[in-house]
Amino acid sequence: MMEQLLATKAEARSLSFYYGDFQALKGISMPVHERQVTALIGPSGCGKSTFLRCFNRMHDLYPGNRYDGQIILQPDNTDLLARSIDPIDVRMRIGMVFQKPNPFPKTVFENVAYGLRVRGERSRRAVEEKVEQALHDAALWDEVKERLHQPAYNLSGGQQQRLCIARALATDPELLLFDEPTSALDPIATASIEELMHDLKKRVTILIVTHNMQQAARVSDFTAYMYLGELVEFGVTDELFIKPQKKQTEDYITGRFG
Amino acid sequence: MHRKHQDVVFALVGIVALMVAVLTFLTLFVNMAVDGLPRLDWHFFTSFPSRRATQAGILSAWVGSTLVMLVTAFFAVPLGVASGIYLEEYARKSWVTDLIEINITNLAGVPSIVYGLLALGLFVYQFGLGQSILSAGLTLALLILPVVIVATREAIRSIPQVIREGSYALGATRWQTVRYHILPYSSAGILTGIIIGMARAIGETAPIITIGALTFIAFLPPAPLKAEPPFVSFDWLMSPFTVMPIQMFNWTSRPEAAFQDNAAAAGFVLVFMTLAMNGLAIWLRYRLRRNIKW
Ligand SMILES: Nc1ncnc2c1ncn2[C@@H]1O[C@H](COP(=O)(O)OP(=O)(O)OP(=O)(O)O)[C@@H](O)[C@H]1O
Ligand SMILES: [Mg+2]
Repeated sequence: MMEQLLATKAEARSLSFYYGDFQALKGISMPVHERQVTALIGPSGCGKSTFLRCFNRMHDLYPGNRYDGQIILQPDNTDLLARSIDPIDVRMRIGMVFQKPNPFPKTVFENVAYGLRVRGERSRRAVEEKVEQALHDAALWDEVKERLHQPAYNLSGGQQQRLCIARALATDPELLLFDEPTSALDPIATASIEELMHDLKKRVTILIVTHNMQQAARVSDFTAYMYLGELVEFGVTDELFIKPQKKQTEDYITGRFG
Repeated sequence: MHRKHQDVVFALVGIVALMVAVLTFLTLFVNMAVDGLPRLDWHFFTSFPSRRATQAGILSAWVGSTLVMLVTAFFAVPLGVASGIYLEEYARKSWVTDLIEINITNLAGVPSIVYGLLALGLFVYQFGLGQSILSAGLTLALLILPVVIVATREAIRSIPQVIREGSYALGATRWQTVRYHILPYSSAGILTGIIIGMARAIGETAPIITIGALTFIAFLPPAPLKAEPPFVSFDWLMSPFTVMPIQMFNWTSRPEAAFQDNAAAAGFVLVFMTLAMNGLAIWLRYRLRRNIKW
């Protein structure tokens, strides 16, 4: 099996998560394989976003949230959820792209440069080089090279989302989290993002939440099906979609769900 | 048809109510302008008050108002903005922050003379600052602090959460997020709040009289710049002073009609200053918001 040959980039171990008293994740254990795309699918409210946002400790921004269990990040075997780990250090290594494009109200250039500035990069040349590289990697350079210093809001929705991807790529993340990155985009912009993901996985590990089962089938190598905060089934995408092990999974992917 | 009638009736009532308010203000303003405008010349701005109405001017008053406003801004702006940012971006919500929040909103409604009494005890006597420009500036700073804090918080709250999350997701600290995003995107709202607070402060009379501003001042505070080192001097902070509304108050209490004209002229200048500040606030908001869309 393909699974055994792959290195693991990150691994959730009995991960539970609580919004105050409400338990949103129930003992999830699953790997995220290196330089592969792993998709999280499941009905609305099953905890996909909650799970994804554990990986960059986004929940730490709000009071009353609690993690239980571990997320181990390789190659250094760090538990991202350990108390001794500063969430800022975690976010330095793990990037995120949100559901709705959220460029900052600054120029195209400053949006991409922001992560570098936050890391204290002073050299103008280094910043310029990395910004250009990131825009190339996000397949956006040709469209914006003439207007690097114009407000990012002038870009189309699809371009804005690729700008957000470039912004995340500029700091060389080891793992990129996508939370329904195409749900606010039209089919053409969606296709270009999916294509981009295919190229990106050569250098970065991707974990993506998607509502769209065709999208999961198209872009991902592995798929996890979640339901009511639990991981129902995890496996190689092709196998999971063709012959799921669990009846629940089958009902969901064949549309017989609920 | 009946419902349409109701609409028309209410629109009429609304227009009448609005006209009453606008016309009252206009009448007052025009009245003041008619009485005061003939007095408004260069001489009026460059003369000290005098026993002869036609020679009296507002020099010490407008200089006093300007200096007091400088002190007020110097204290109220950093304190108010920092408090607002702390409450919105740093403080964890708890009963303590709730309590502080209720207090701040209520402080904005405390009559200004109460601030004057507080300042008289605290700044003038306790701290020994005397009846000085510094005391007056601190008093007015206290008075407009709630306005600045509330404006800052409201401006910050209008920034969408996804912008904050975008910043944090890239590894930013709280301070970096405040410095690169929160402050720049809320600056229009904050500035507007500051200016509106200052426009209120410049017309305040009661607390300034309470702490003992003089009503007749025929000299200027020591100049802040000097010819010999160290070139700057802060002696003006401790100087006695008067301000525009007090000068007006002084003139209106005189029996001679000529002094009433002086009061009208000074009032015209004061209203003009306040309107100009409000105009500036509107313009700034328009300018700074132009490049920000969510
Ligand atoms: N801030 C919060 N406080 C309390 N409960 C929350 C919070 N955010 C989410 N939840 C709850 O946690 C559960 C999982 O939510 P989550 O947003 O992770 O679902 P999701 O799978 O991403 O759904 P969708 O596909 O609609 O985005 C839901 O029951 C939701 O109501
Ligand atoms: Mg979600």
